[in-house]
Amino acid sequence: MDPTIAFILLTDGLAGSALYLIIGLGLVLIFSVTRVIFVPFGSIAVFAALSLGAMELGRLPAAIPLIGLFVLLALFMECLRMRRQHSWRQWPRVLGVWGVLPLLPCALAAWASYQSAELVKVAAAVLLAVPLGPLIERVALRPIAHSSVLALLIVALVLDQVLSGLGLLWFGPEGLRTSAALEGSLTLSSGLAINYQTLLTMAVAFGLALVFYVVLQRTRIGKVLHATASNPTGARLVGIRPAFTATIAHLIAALLAGIVGVLISPVATIYYDSGLILTLKAFVAAIIGGMSSYPLTALGALLVGVSESFASFWNSGLKDAIVFGLLIPILVIRSGLAPHHEEEEEGDA
Amino acid sequence: MRSRFCNVGLPLAGLVLIALVPQWLGAFHVALLNDIGIATLVVLGLVLVSGIGGALSFGQAAFVGIAAYTSAWLSTAQAASPWLGLLLALLFTCGSAWILGSITMRLGGHYLALSTIAWGLAVPLVFANTPALGSHSGIDGIPPIQIGDWVLDQSRSVFVLIWLAVLAGGWFAANLLRSRVGRSVRALRGGKVLMASFGADAFRVRLMLFVMASAYAAVAGWLYAHANRFVSAAPFSLHASIDYVFMMVVGGMAQLLSALLGSTLYIGLNNVLQDVLPLFTSRGAQVNSLVFALLFLLILERVPGGIGRPLARLLSRVRPGRPVQTAFDPASVLPRRALPARGELVVSVRNVVKRFGGLVAVNDVSFDVHAGEIVGLIGPNGAGKSTLFNLLTGTLPLTAGSVQFMGDPITGLSQRDVALQGVARTFQHVKLRPGMTLLENAALGAHARGRCGLWRGGLQLDRQEEACIMAEAMRQLERVGLAGQAHERAGSLPLGTQRLLEIARALAADPVILMLDEPAAGLRLLEKQALARLLNTLRSEGVTVLIVEHDMEFVMNLVDRLVVMNFGSKIAEGAPDDVRADPQVQAAYLGSEA
Repeated sequence: MDPTIAFILLTDGLAGSALYLIIGLGLVLIFSVTRVIFVPFGSIAVFAALSLGAMELGRLPAAIPLIGLFVLLALFMECLRMRRQHSWRQWPRVLGVWGVLPLLPCALAAWASYQSAELVKVAAAVLLAVPLGPLIERVALRPIAHSSVLALLIVALVLDQVLSGLGLLWFGPEGLRTSAALEGSLTLSSGLAINYQTLLTMAVAFGLALVFYVVLQRTRIGKVLHATASNPTGARLVGIRPAFTATIAHLIAALLAGIVGVLISPVATIYYDSGLILTLKAFVAAIIGGMSSYPLTALGALLVGVSESFASFWNSGLKDAIVFGLLIPILVIRSGLAPHHEEEEEGDA
Repeated sequence: MRSRFCNVGLPLAGLVLIALVPQWLGAFHVALLNDIGIATLVVLGLVLVSGIGGALSFGQAAFVGIAAYTSAWLSTAQAASPWLGLLLALLFTCGSAWILGSITMRLGGHYLALSTIAWGLAVPLVFANTPALGSHSGIDGIPPIQIGDWVLDQSRSVFVLIWLAVLAGGWFAANLLRSRVGRSVRALRGGKVLMASFGADAFRVRLMLFVMASAYAAVAGWLYAHANRFVSAAPFSLHASIDYVFMMVVGGMAQLLSALLGSTLYIGLNNVLQDVLPLFTSRGAQVNSLVFALLFLLILERVPGGIGRPLARLLSRVRPGRPVQTAFDPASVLPRRALPARGELVVSVRNVVKRFGGLVAVNDVSFDVHAGEIVGLIGPNGAGKSTLFNLLTGTLPLTAGSVQFMGDPITGLSQRDVALQGVARTFQHVKLRPGMTLLENAALGAHARGRCGLWRGGLQLDRQEEACIMAEAMRQLERVGLAGQAHERAGSLPLGTQRLLEIARALAADPVILMLDEPAAGLRLLEKQALARLLNTLRSEGVTVLIVEHDMEFVMNLVDRLVVMNFGSKIAEGAPDDVRADPQVQAAYLGSEA
């Protein structure tokens, strides 16, 4: 392998790493706050990407009916809750939060699909992903929030199947690539160049990681999330509502998913079911971080992205298998580090 | 009782059906039943490892695939006999499960689930990208299985083999669950501290289950390859693994029959949908998988126990399980260990220190326990009693000092090794298996005294030892006064009785010393009195007891000697009356003015 190819593979790998880093941040955030291994993350990113593609073709993105469906379900469940708790007075707030707010990005997207400015469409696609996180949490995860991690994982996995099934139904089986890429490249020396799109991806990931760090360490909401993650019972005792933190965590994660969607769609062909494999590779990174450490997850993302890129040079059909194979040494090291992991105890289900 | 019905009735009825069904049904339905049988085998394994063992696997379809491809490749490219294929398929599948399990099982439950998801995605990718395995087009022309001159090349003939395998697999699993190993399997969800307290290794039991589940998948994969005579990567995808989990959840995770129920419902419904959906939509296949995913979600959210559970409840109403008084042969006894003579040194604690970061929880504590006496370890809240208890039982490692048991150091031994040496314990927060009977819970205690493993348990070659274990468990129940309720479920007991049951379980281990962690906590007066009476009787029988207790009054009238702790240090030791008169003890309990 000559240095030029190695350099190209390395930059490709770094761009991939950047994406896995963003996904990994969202996954670790949701897992630490809600114990949910949020498998549908990648599918939300795919919805953002496919919606952008649809808007570029001047069509209404299918994420709109999806959000509409979830809004109806969420409102229905909120009504049931209000009836159970005799709290009908909350209806204006409920209608605002679960009815109107999620539909705003839909309106924006509907408007943007008739605009010509690419940036508007990109922004609309990102925002379109945002309501999906909290809506999915409200409809499917909150009712069983107290189940075991494994039950939550099954539900998350099935949710991903539902989302990709709906994606297939509404977007169709064809893959697509969007044109929202930055053109051109930065020439370093003879033959060595980095695409602007790659640089943009890395810059966004780096910036987001920085924002994540600052938000979690410095702001009030960050501290609330941090408190819930490190001691859920303690957080409840000081008045932090678990449902609220879960909604915030899913909101942030969905925003990240939207960003991943628009960053990846110009460089890779996205199909309705591309989400799962995207999420799982980021999970390999998150497992390196023990599903709890953000810096180690970043390191893991780097490892996954770069090895994927080099693996694809060697055998593109097996590159995913090779990345998952990375899990084996990682898990061996982890189980050596933590031989006395305490499992959760369960009663007879 | 039920076991009679399960042991003889079900297999017999099964055999008759296997002989008759292919005569009655058309080829299409026989083929459908073959699919159901193969899925049932896979889900049987999944119920064992995930439903009962609590370690979720999303890799079962990949295991099926490994077995199917192994046998397919051997019998086509190498022209080997399918029976050799079965052997190697088992070897590869179980080997890979063993490797995968040993690196993930020590970590938390979700690591196995995540790694098997990755595994489930990666394995079909390898199939589809390996030219020797036919890449995307798969392997065809696989020869049928042959038994002597009988060639199983029709779905009717394969039907017999498939369902015999299901029957054998179900019989083995049902036997196993009722055996010594099976009781430890059913105790897995109680956590590894409970497992270690009677000398079982949670990691090894889970790993065994995982390998066993992969063996079931291997047999299923082998049958699949030679029944369909064609394999490709698609049926072994992650989606198929999720479908298996779906079948398990639908049937009701923790019962073997749910494997049959779940796979029948799933495949049956799938078949119906394939007929019905095209009438409404042109994209039937897409809607089909969506319908299943939504149905799965609904079941998970609304009926988390699956539909097997309400069904089982209905059945038990029709045919209530008669509690049968099994007679125990007094000659069935387990070998006992040599117990120390009264007055011999049993436990010797020397200068034990435990620090948690900067906090010194136990500071330089020393005391002895001799055979045949009851020693109480008391102290106000936060004195370090429970920490010391955990140090003695190997639950926590020492920072400094040493603990000797029967003259040998046990410092640094694992909890399980300490238990195997003859230290039996109870728990402050009672750890019983609520779904198991009192007898079975007590029998758990005798786990380390039995030898029969997976094979003898599954093949019912453990009858003699089982009789001894059960007789021993019954004797211990009698000893604590619970023999009359031996066949009730432990979950229905009040707290005081649960504590007695824990003591019976500890006694069943034939311990050198019994360590009780706050046995009186949360008990009512009458329950406390019953407990004290029991402990007095045990003392008169020569049992050595160490009690960690918070309740001064309870221990005062019971123990021979007291060790009093406060703020991590020992402040007094001696006979109850001397300790009661000690000014330091009074200060610790009542404040310095008392």
